[in-house]
Amino acid sequence: MNFFGFGQTAEIDIVLNDAETRKKAEHNGEDGRKEKYFRFYDGETVSGKVNVTLKYPGKRLEHNGIKVEFVGQIELYYDRGNHHEFVSLVKDLARPGELTQSQTFDFEFTHVEKPYESYTGQNVKLRYFLKVTISRKLSDITKELDIVVHTLSTYPDLNSSIKMEVGIEDCLHIEFEYNKSKYHLKDVIVGKIYFLLVRIKIRHMEIDIIRRETTGTGPSVYNENDTIAKYEIMDGAPVRGESIPIRLFLSSYELTPTMKDVNKKFSVRYFLNLVLIDEEDRRYFKQQEIILWRKGDIVKKSMSHQAIMAAQRFEGSSNPEKSHSQSAEDGKS
Amino acid sequence: MADAIADTRRLYTKPQNLNDAYGPPSNFLEIDVSNPETVGVGRGRYTTYEVRLKTNLPIFKLKESSVRRRYSDFEWLRAELERESKVVVPPLPGKALFRQLPFRGDDGIFDDSFIEERRQGLEQFLNKVAGHPLAQNERCLHMFLQDEIVDKNYTPSKIRQA
Repeated sequence: MNFFGFGQTAEIDIVLNDAETRKKAEHNGEDGRKEKYFRFYDGETVSGKVNVTLKYPGKRLEHNGIKVEFVGQIELYYDRGNHHEFVSLVKDLARPGELTQSQTFDFEFTHVEKPYESYTGQNVKLRYFLKVTISRKLSDITKELDIVVHTLSTYPDLNSSIKMEVGIEDCLHIEFEYNKSKYHLKDVIVGKIYFLLVRIKIRHMEIDIIRRETTGTGPSVYNENDTIAKYEIMDGAPVRGESIPIRLFLSSYELTPTMKDVNKKFSVRYFLNLVLIDEEDRRYFKQQEIILWRKGDIVKKSMSHQAIMAAQRFEGSSNPEKSHSQSAEDGKS
Repeated sequence: MADAIADTRRLYTKPQNLNDAYGPPSNFLEIDVSNPETVGVGRGRYTTYEVRLKTNLPIFKLKESSVRRRYSDFEWLRAELERESKVVVPPLPGKALFRQLPFRGDDGIFDDSFIEERRQGLEQFLNKVAGHPLAQNERCLHMFLQDEIVDKNYTPSKIRQA
């Protein structure tokens, strides 16, 4: 019997086994608010306990089965009804029957594949979550626990610098250089702008970081551009032969790794936009894509064994920060 | 426990040629609109302004020039640029038709303060336009700024390599 709240109901609580030791990561919600969630890597086991607490002790809870699911899904905001599940695992906790008292169930999803990073964007969301369902005749009782998945990469084998000469014929010629094409999320963009020809009156120059989120396929592709950062690198009018240095610390900004064609549903790409503005507010710009990737954390003793395995798989053996493959002036301004 | 410190040393840069650093910049362009003069008599009167240009941009044939232009010449230039180029042309100071009506208390369009306001607007207009890399490619702009007379029957064309 379940009408007007007199029937028995239950509260579900999902607790992870490694809740004490597992790190949490901040993730933006759709509304922009930041929350912390347990952070998982690909291949890690998700295990824990489901506590079902009856609301009215002594009364029975009849049900058609209790199960726990691990779901990874992509949700396009313009098509909310259709969730695209790319990971879907189920474990039955209880066969149809009845609960006479509050009960705890153990569950384990061993070495779960988590191929993509969690992402909450302007038009699309990719999320992973545990969901417990107590099936009942009239209405199910459910509880969800969101987790955040980070995808790690190694230092790329090939990471050439970006160097290009661009301009407007007879008006403005510049050569820009960025020290790498692939940057990790806590990296520094080191570069320079060299002026070859300046026949316009420049007032200042800035670098913008732009995120382009692409959703949809074929004719209904939708690109959403977001300027994540604007960083002024020069104030005033340069002349021929002048070099303007760039040093942009990426850790100050909320960035995600570059995501290309995730499950054929969406992409997230990053661009550096070099913008010159003249005395009459005319803008001259050059956009260049950069690849962003996530570096594993330094291994710490407190991490779970599996997290250690995951991190060790992704620590690079070479340390490019120590290499001098690029000629650089030694502290001379 | 911090990550290895990133290498943030500057990239190598060529030392700048001192002539480039301290010589005149290659973007020198100054346009003045001044010396308004009212010519003619009675109903046929109109005001001309001196348009003086000083530059070192190679696209201008003359490094210094001075011509006299009236408001309708500016209107012509604006219309030509709108039609011939992809530039978003800034607005001119107002046409002030109401000032041309009779029975005004002041001197109408020959009023000193009005002429001064218009002069400023015309100067701003020309500086905005003449500095635009795309407008600099138009024959009409060069004719307006540096030819003695504006030939409204000219053939519109683009300037190639100065």
